[in-house]
Amino acid sequence: MSEIKKFMFVNRKAPYGTIYALESLEVVLITAAFDQDVSLMFLDDGVYQLKKGQQTKGIETKNFSPAYRALEDYDVEKLYVEKESMQARGLTEEDLLVSVTVLSRAEMGALMDEQDVVLSY
Amino acid sequence: MKFGIVVNEGPYQHQSSDSAYLFTKAAIEKGHEVWRVFFYHDGVNNASRLTEPPQDDRHIVNRWSKLAEDHKVDLVVCVAAALRRGIKEENLAQGFRISGLGQLVEAGIKCDRLVTFGD
Amino acid sequence: MLHIVNKSPLTSNTLDSCLSTATGGDILLIEDAVYAATRGNAVEAKLRAATGQFRVHVLLPDLDARGMGDRLIEGVLPVDYAGFVDLVASNKTCQSWL
Repeated sequence: MSEIKKFMFVNRKAPYGTIYALESLEVVLITAAFDQDVSLMFLDDGVYQLKKGQQTKGIETKNFSPAYRALEDYDVEKLYVEKESMQARGLTEEDLLVSVTVLSRAEMGALMDEQDVVLSY
Repeated sequence: MKFGIVVNEGPYQHQSSDSAYLFTKAAIEKGHEVWRVFFYHDGVNNASRLTEPPQDDRHIVNRWSKLAEDHKVDLVVCVAAALRRGIKEENLAQGFRISGLGQLVEAGIKCDRLVTFGD
Repeated sequence: MLHIVNKSPLTSNTLDSCLSTATGGDILLIEDAVYAATRGNAVEAKLRAATGQFRVHVLLPDLDARGMGDRLIEGVLPVDYAGFVDLVASNKTCQSWL
């Protein structure tokens, strides 16, 4: 498939409380396998997905957070975190398990406008 | 214009399946093509042949099946999400097929518009 | 771009998040978000302000189903499902703020 579209995944939900974060990540990996232009946006509670130190033994659920670190192996390197969302949750870039680009709301909005396909979870 | 639709929630619990159905129907009535509807997350429950709503309620599953039959809409259920929730070939309603997430990505690539309905 | 919102603004920050991120264009309120398009609630002023920056639409069947058809804020544009389809068709992309 030669056509390349810009896919953006907007993550606004915390992990574990619902399955959306995990299943979104699976679509991201498949989209990358289709050689599409992939970016991930973390907004609102979605920034919690990237928090370091997740330990899920006690809830008998798979810890999928290491998968965010594996994204670069799939050439998924455009990870954007919204600044105010992070600040409102008392998080800094050092708290995140991958390196990201921090953007303002306005910059996020402009980036959204450039996409061909936006999938939000 | 070619549309792709994504349904992320199960029937009867959340309005999203109804909204997706009414949107799909309206798009077809306006002369658009709905190329594929992809059922993901709890949305896979829209494909259960075992669904039996009370007589005075809409039959959400059969409604999708009829749309597939009348307008050749491709109804695809995500295999991983389906197996997690006990949706298999043996209880799959008419007009639905089980396949991989690649079908969702393909819809994103091939359709002019992709519209998601969920919670 | 079309932004689709489906949550009540009185229980969720989704509409807020959409309004502060989106750069302009069309917003469509469906399902429980239709309450945002009605007069007399605590977030009315915010929605009125938004009508200056965006074209705000509301899905009329969802508004009517909830018995709120009698208090639609002026400036919010009611659409039926055919109008919803037109909005999707006329925008290059759409995002559902789930």
